[in-house]
Amino acid sequence: MALKRALKHVLVGSFALSTVVWADGPSPQMLSQTCAACHGPGGSSVGVTPSIAGADPVYFIDTMKAFKSGERHATVMDRVAKGYSDGDIEKMAHYFAAQPMRPMKQTYASDKAKLGARLHKDYCDRCHEDGGTNPEDSAPLAGQSMLYLTFSMEDFKAGHREAPKKMKRKVQEMLEEHGDAAVEAVIHYYGSKR
Amino acid sequence: MSKLSRRNFIKLTGGAVGLGALGGCAAGAGNSRSAAAKKVVVIGGGPGGATAAKTLASLDSNVEVTLIEPNRTYHTCFMSNEVLAGDRSIDSIAFGYDGLRKRGINVVHDLVTGIDAKARKVTTQGGASFSYDRAIVAPGIDFKWEAIDGYGPEAAERMPHAWKAGAQTVTLRKQLEAMRDGGTVIIAPPGNPFRCPPGPYERASQIAWYLKRHKPRSKILIIDPKDKFSKFGLFNQGWKRLYGYGTDNSMIEWVSGAAGGKVESVDVGTMTVNAAVESFKGDVVNIIPPQKAGKLAFVAGLTKGDWCPINKKTFESLIHPNIHVLGDASVAAGMPKSGYSANIQAKVCAMAVADMLNDREPGIPSYQNTCYSVLGEDYGISVSFVYELDEKENAINAVKGAGGLTPMDASSAALAREAKYAHGWFNNITHDIFG
Repeated sequence: MALKRALKHVLVGSFALSTVVWADGPSPQMLSQTCAACHGPGGSSVGVTPSIAGADPVYFIDTMKAFKSGERHATVMDRVAKGYSDGDIEKMAHYFAAQPMRPMKQTYASDKAKLGARLHKDYCDRCHEDGGTNPEDSAPLAGQSMLYLTFSMEDFKAGHREAPKKMKRKVQEMLEEHGDAAVEAVIHYYGSKR
Repeated sequence: MSKLSRRNFIKLTGGAVGLGALGGCAAGAGNSRSAAAKKVVVIGGGPGGATAAKTLASLDSNVEVTLIEPNRTYHTCFMSNEVLAGDRSIDSIAFGYDGLRKRGINVVHDLVTGIDAKARKVTTQGGASFSYDRAIVAPGIDFKWEAIDGYGPEAAERMPHAWKAGAQTVTLRKQLEAMRDGGTVIIAPPGNPFRCPPGPYERASQIAWYLKRHKPRSKILIIDPKDKFSKFGLFNQGWKRLYGYGTDNSMIEWVSGAAGGKVESVDVGTMTVNAAVESFKGDVVNIIPPQKAGKLAFVAGLTKGDWCPINKKTFESLIHPNIHVLGDASVAAGMPKSGYSANIQAKVCAMAVADMLNDREPGIPSYQNTCYSVLGEDYGISVSFVYELDEKENAINAVKGAGGLTPMDASSAALAREAKYAHGWFNNITHDIFG
């Protein structure tokens, strides 16, 4: 884990220092402005479209590349991602990583959220740290649209989206021990975060 | 390596990027307005004008931004078709300007009657005048009433266009509610170019969705001067699946231009639409007239033909310097006339204006447009493109190898998600414009 993080810093850092790339093409702000109509101002969404503010930059880049290649299923983003160069995507990744993610206000069931809090701690918090607010290898989960999180879990289950091995294992464990309602409970927990 | 160091690292690198992008703007942030504050007057409070004002105010606190818009409430055209279906209230598409006021924008409710391009001065019906360093004009569309004999603002009360949302949307909705089961709804779309190219066909779908549930013996007749329209294959497929299109019992029928669909005149008294070959009678008639740039664009001499020619990098008028025109009124050929296009064009324009006011070369623009159409319950489709500037040709072109339509073989689950994402888009874009 430590090695991976260190490596990430090297990658992210070396890119940030390569000013030649930054000077080419539209500015990070210009590029990122084009996302707001769907993903919300500054990348914090108030609808089902996911928030991309505060997302881990490496995760952001990997995701956009997976959309581009078709590796990750999408409704619209596969078509959109192809419109941006790798340099564009890296600029956007850094721009959004620096934006604070404003949690979406949504209706949740407090009993489910309570159960979800426990399940999160047992199965998810080691990677989605600090109650899902810390986007170590992902976007923040806390305050994401619950419907979007539901779509995401459906996609992982259907194999439309590749889950990391440790996540596959943890989700499987959770389902075996707590049944299908566990996923919903965890989603309500993230929806309860303000 | 701790988490803390990583977060700080991001802040540092991200922060540096942000500063680079904002340049002199960031230096101005937090300063009080100096006596030499630059003045920008934005005319029109729709998606284009409101976004331009908001973006500019956030970029440079040394710019005094005034937004002039006659109406206190703006009704978005997007999602107004869901109001026609009865699934959405008119209030849910109504937005005020308090959000912009909170951002320090001087919002004035008045009608601009003239722009003196030489003196850089805007005058209003209320007798006020505003001087500017740069003006941003986003007057939207106006109708070519004269194109259809017998049609005009008065006839539109009986045969609504509902192509500017608000009172007209409510009128059309009431007529649909009052119509008998077994009645005929006529929709007459205009020729290209016009505001929201897939809009008339989404409208037909949404009205069909209403009729299917409440007045299932009714019919919708689309009388069209065109032989093809936006998302043609996807609409045809959706109508087949949802409304029996192509069968004897289809709820929707489409008369193409080649089949005589061009509307030449209407008779409001008998609710008759006279097209090139045949005449049609409707219980509810929705005429969407051919369009041109909003009135102010003509008054201010910003037009060439029906629309306003502009520099596509800055949206500055090619006729009058220091005046920028964006949204539906501009010739941004390549991009459709849509709320999303106007929102993005406004950002490109506002960033260019901030640069020009501070003697910086405007940066390279990036444009995007995604148009969702909701055809019925859990059935959404979209077209999406990323655009780039060809500065030499002064053209906005779709990036090759990207964008496109919802695939024809999209699963029903994917179509259901697109309908949800359409609503997510609505929530976010309206928040981005007015919030």
